[in-house]
Amino acid sequence: MFCRLALLFSLLLIPATNGFAQIPMGEASSAKEGLDIGVSTNEIAIASDFRGADLTVFGAMTNPDELLLAIGSYDIIVTLEGPRDYATVRKKERIFGVWVNTDSMIFEQVPESYSIASTRQLDDPTQLPPINTAGVGIEHLALNPIGYIRDVGELSDFREAYRRLKLAGGLYQKEASGVRFVSSSLFRASLRLPANVPDGVHIVRAYLFKSGTLLTQREIPLRVVKTGLEQAITDTAHNQPFAYGLLCVLIALVTGWGASIVFRKD
Amino acid sequence: MFCFALSGSTVTIYLPIAELSVNIFIILGMGAAVGFLSGMFGVGGGFLITPLLIFYNIPPVVAVATGANQVVASSVSGAITHFRRGTLDMKLGTVLLVGGLVGATVGVWIFSWLRSIGQLDLFISLLYVVLLTTIGLLMLQESLRAMRKAKLNQPLPLKRPGQHNWVHRLPLKMRFKKSRIYLSAIPVVTLGFLIGILTSIMGVGGGFIMVPAMIYLLRIPTNVVVGTSLFQIIFVTAYTTMVQAATNYSVDIVLAFILMVAGVIGAQYGVRVGQKLRGEQLRALLALLVLAVGIRLAVGLFIRPQDLYSVAVGGIGY
Repeated sequence: MFCRLALLFSLLLIPATNGFAQIPMGEASSAKEGLDIGVSTNEIAIASDFRGADLTVFGAMTNPDELLLAIGSYDIIVTLEGPRDYATVRKKERIFGVWVNTDSMIFEQVPESYSIASTRQLDDPTQLPPINTAGVGIEHLALNPIGYIRDVGELSDFREAYRRLKLAGGLYQKEASGVRFVSSSLFRASLRLPANVPDGVHIVRAYLFKSGTLLTQREIPLRVVKTGLEQAITDTAHNQPFAYGLLCVLIALVTGWGASIVFRKD
Repeated sequence: MFCFALSGSTVTIYLPIAELSVNIFIILGMGAAVGFLSGMFGVGGGFLITPLLIFYNIPPVVAVATGANQVVASSVSGAITHFRRGTLDMKLGTVLLVGGLVGATVGVWIFSWLRSIGQLDLFISLLYVVLLTTIGLLMLQESLRAMRKAKLNQPLPLKRPGQHNWVHRLPLKMRFKKSRIYLSAIPVVTLGFLIGILTSIMGVGGGFIMVPAMIYLLRIPTNVVVGTSLFQIIFVTAYTTMVQAATNYSVDIVLAFILMVAGVIGAQYGVRVGQKLRGEQLRALLALLVLAVGIRLAVGLFIRPQDLYSVAVGGIGY
């Protein structure tokens, strides 16, 4: 932790001197802009009272062009991607008055959760830099269906439904202007992990854009783990299902038998 | 044992298998209320617990498997009482159990298959609606008739348990000493089989179907029916819990434990209240309750869902 902070401060100092030296040289700067990030914690624990958590990502831009920095040509986007898995989207239709799942689509390896923070409003089309090519942001996540798709219009409906449901469920979040510059090149992003965040390895990614083109990106893993009893229960249920089932039955037998002793009338 | 989060007036607890936080008092209340009713009416309560859990947004997969686990606890104390009184036919129970175990295995296959094609939630609701409304209506009709008869001081026309019907002409007859009955094993195993399927798909013990079927169809003497069905229910629900835990990983031990403890305590008070009420009034009340749950589930099937789309994690082999 201390090392990382020290690194951050040194990074903060370097670009300032470099940038100053570069201004007279204009556009033809040889040094490339870079990015470095650090996270407030690299492990989030889910205990029985878990109600979500906040994650702070610190970062510094190296070798920024002071002129472009001043007119706001740089954009920083920070994302937190959950573990990837297949996702099945189902659609209901009315059959004899009853709502039945009729159609479904499976998307391959999409993040189970996704939070995004950026230096400016991502929703505003007038301000939106052309970042879509980089696949950053909820609207630009790759949603590739598995199998044969009959209707392209249907595909976009399912994709739209997937994003809408994930946003409504709180697993996908966008924090417009969640990235703030603390100094000219040092920034801070806050991301929210919902209460139902999946456990596993999440990835913090920071992207640096110059006038809408991706310059560089950095990533740091973040582990989300269930702790204590929750962890033990989930592990046992998945790794030793028979022992777990037996334990469930035993607890039930003891509870029922105990009650018949405690409340015995004679 | 568990860590509770005290914040404001709500106390939440994280359910590790259902993977969501719930208000512990709501779960305790649910368990106690269903326990109270099950004690009052002498039923297992699985058919109330599972729909209630689904109403409270517990995923149906978890609600069904956990419901079966909870029924184990509520049946054990009842079966022990009947065993002490000698109103439990072990042999009859074992024959029922053979069918029950096979049925529960088939039921879990059906359950996993329905889950993989995305029709599980609908199927559970449909099955509940059909069974609860049918049984609710039959019970209501029967209890109203009994109440009318009681008012007119007419003696009830008792159906003689000794009377024979087509069931008693089937081969493979066995003698059940405790029940004082000579009966073919075929209908007994079949009944156990059907109840076993219901146990694994609906998370119920099935007593509310098994008891009437044993009395009216198999003509088994009433005094051994409840104890014997409870004996069978313990083993079938215990087996279902194991199989659900092994195939669907969907038994939530924390949720089940809270429900069990609240349930067995609630049941004790229910029994006391039940003894003060008249039989036919009690049955009419239970019929109304069963109907209400059935209708509430039916409404859910017919009203347009808020979102026509739904998302589930996983895809292949899920």
